[in-house]
Amino acid sequence: MSTNQEKGFPERFLGKKYPETMEDLPIAAIVPWPGSTLDVTTHAWRTFRPVINQDKCVRCRLCWIYCPDGAILEVDEEYTTSTGKKYKVSFKVDYDHCKGCGICANECPVKAIEMVPEMK
Amino acid sequence: MALTKPIKSLWEIPREERFVGGHAACQGCGAALILRHLMKVVGKDAIVVNATGCMEVISTLFPRTAWRNPWLHLAFENAGAAASGVEAALKALQRKGVLDKNRYIKVVAIAGDGGTFDIGLQSLSGMLERGHDVMYVVYDNEAYMNTGIQRSGATPYGAWTTTTPVGKKFRGEWRPKKDIVGIAYAHRIPYIATANPAYPIDMINKFIKAYNTRGPSLVHVLAPCTPGWRIPESKSIEVAKLAVQTGMWVLLEIENGKPKVTVKVRKRRPVREYLKMQGRFRHLKDEDIKKIQEMVDKYVEEINRWVGEEAIGPVEEK
Amino acid sequence: MAVVEEKPREEQLPTRKKKIAATGSDAAAYAVRDADVDVVAVYPITPQAPIAENIAQMIADGELDAELIHVESEHSAMSAAVAAAATGARSFTATSSQGLELMHEILYIASGLRQPVVMALATRALSAPINIWNDYADAMGMRDTGWIMIFSENVQEVYDNLVQAFRIAEHPDVLLPVVVTLDGYILSHTTEALEPLDREEVLSFAPKRPRGYRPVLDPDHPVTIGVLGAPNWYQEIKVQQALAMRESRRVIEEAGKEFGKRYGREYGFIEPYYMDDAEVAIVTLGATSSLVKAAVNRLREQGVKAGMVKIRVFRPFPAEELAKVLENVNALGVLDRAVSFGGALEGPLAMEVLSTLAVRGVMKPFINFIHGLGGRDIFVKDVVEMYQKLLEAAKSGKSVTRTLFYGVRSRKGHVI
Repeated sequence: MSTNQEKGFPERFLGKKYPETMEDLPIAAIVPWPGSTLDVTTHAWRTFRPVINQDKCVRCRLCWIYCPDGAILEVDEEYTTSTGKKYKVSFKVDYDHCKGCGICANECPVKAIEMVPEMK
Repeated sequence: MALTKPIKSLWEIPREERFVGGHAACQGCGAALILRHLMKVVGKDAIVVNATGCMEVISTLFPRTAWRNPWLHLAFENAGAAASGVEAALKALQRKGVLDKNRYIKVVAIAGDGGTFDIGLQSLSGMLERGHDVMYVVYDNEAYMNTGIQRSGATPYGAWTTTTPVGKKFRGEWRPKKDIVGIAYAHRIPYIATANPAYPIDMINKFIKAYNTRGPSLVHVLAPCTPGWRIPESKSIEVAKLAVQTGMWVLLEIENGKPKVTVKVRKRRPVREYLKMQGRFRHLKDEDIKKIQEMVDKYVEEINRWVGEEAIGPVEEK
Repeated sequence: MAVVEEKPREEQLPTRKKKIAATGSDAAAYAVRDADVDVVAVYPITPQAPIAENIAQMIADGELDAELIHVESEHSAMSAAVAAAATGARSFTATSSQGLELMHEILYIASGLRQPVVMALATRALSAPINIWNDYADAMGMRDTGWIMIFSENVQEVYDNLVQAFRIAEHPDVLLPVVVTLDGYILSHTTEALEPLDREEVLSFAPKRPRGYRPVLDPDHPVTIGVLGAPNWYQEIKVQQALAMRESRRVIEEAGKEFGKRYGREYGFIEPYYMDDAEVAIVTLGATSSLVKAAVNRLREQGVKAGMVKIRVFRPFPAEELAKVLENVNALGVLDRAVSFGGALEGPLAMEVLSTLAVRGVMKPFINFIHGLGGRDIFVKDVVEMYQKLLEAAKSGKSVTRTLFYGVRSRKGHVI
């Protein structure tokens, strides 16, 4: 949990991450935890999951650009394709936050993303 | 850090997310995508004022927030006024030495079409007219999607919504879309643009220009809505692209009163292609589509005359 | 005859100030200037307009360094004021009547988000028919909006209450918006003697606290203000707000006492007038109290043990104080200047007073009077007549269950 000093205002207004009872509430439900929806997973929304074929992927960044959920991760991971092409970055799916909309697969210019049914 | 210089390549878009995942936007939401890029542009030193609407609801269900910036939501119809209040406060506090005079903090107002074209129009007009240094971004999904797809002033001609249903007497919306850019233009503000998430470089460069404007700016962005437009979740970007390619959505920019088309379309695709992709236009008959084509032709003609060149070309059937 | 609680000013005042002639609107603007307000968002309305004009002139003359937002409506005035407060500014607005009604939605948001906005309300009747004169219908409509509400009786109180309002609103134990009323025209446009304080005094009494003592919109400490509260949390969030209102009592009391200690004018939640031995009493609000005091004076001259209680702080309602002071009366009246149409009693203040007593098991013969709607003059003789009705009630031991509308031009008489 963040300290008083880090947040810049007294602990009493900050509440407890995350509250359990009224006493833990931040004042006026003002949320002092930026970006905390990341603690929520949306994987259960999916019926299909995108699977990126790293060999086919040309690293055009379009899937990363077009994802409404920021669920394509751009990582500094080197990759060499089977044909010997070297890349400095790779794109990976954040399956915790992907909702399975399929925009990435639809927009991929080289069809390197396949939508695979989720196993029940 | 905010992006302040125009970008040429997709690789110049910062990796850092300031509007993060885990929010509750629908699958394939165009508006959430727009905000993701907007926040990348404005960076850390920006205060967001959000009108009530889809994006407010999906991003701030207590006790969590998708925002990494200071963020304020008051009500539906007052994003313009609330943003004015934040901007005035920053000005006063900087002048009085409470805040650092040399640190520029941008005020960004975000509202949907309902909160901008309809209920928030007065508040927006006041903000623009008074010249507040606020960048106002309207994500236009062309109806009240948050309450269940009711017609707004931004709903285009012919579209089905739950309050412009298709029946024996009436078949969808029977009035054309309100011209919000024209309204903003009448306020003589320094920067106005239309944008589209399927054209990310163009959209981001417009956000950058709005960010760099000192004074009011308005960026009107088309926001495909998968449930409201009755399109598959994966087709948001494809549909958005077709909106530009058919001339239904012209990518414009009006800098200090001078209009310009930023993405020219040499040969237009027929509007049928755009309409046929969407369930909200499913009921349209050939004569309806013909009428919409004529409306778009006329709109394109007006735009070309306004910008003084044939920025958008004629329709070319495939 | 009981001794009036007021002492001669000379003995009481530790720091005697120069008196100036000022209207209530002047007084409000002076308070805003002396409190060094950062943002003012106002939309003109009668009879509030002179407050806006005065502030604009002060800014134009360089006497006040504030951003004046010429908003296009009161809805935007309140929205901008709340947003400015959320950014950490000392924030002020003023309105009246229809303007307050247009603000209504945002009144709840100001308090729900615990933003310390201070507002002056020149009380005025509500349409329809449109009427620009004084009554308390607008203020009474604010009852449930979560604002601390302080009523002023005279021009001096307008100033003193506003100075206290900034201290109370921004106090870390409170953080609630505060409204200070001034009766439309009766105070807003009437010139009286005023002793303003020095700016340094105001800023030491109502200090501007360091930025960051409460959560504000700050890129270095980003917070999300104005979340969606689902059923799993909404109730707790609202209870938290209700408790804050309860707890504000201590700070309000402290402010009133400290003000007295420093400047010789002490303020409490209520102001009892000849209540020590009063047999009949009327409870009322605002500048109307002066009129009721005049009636009490006349009755006392005739040997009638009449008393009056002025409610100064209407929210949080001073139930304890009121119950205590009314303990020994034989009959009790409430003079309302607003109508709650179809209410159990039609006077909103009457309902507050009665529930205060009922829940404490204090039952008194009771009459609710409504008079003075839309600027209708209330004469001292009208109030004297009300006291006579109360004396009858005291004798019979019976309440009048129906609210009495006074001063009505009717063929059935002036009481309906």
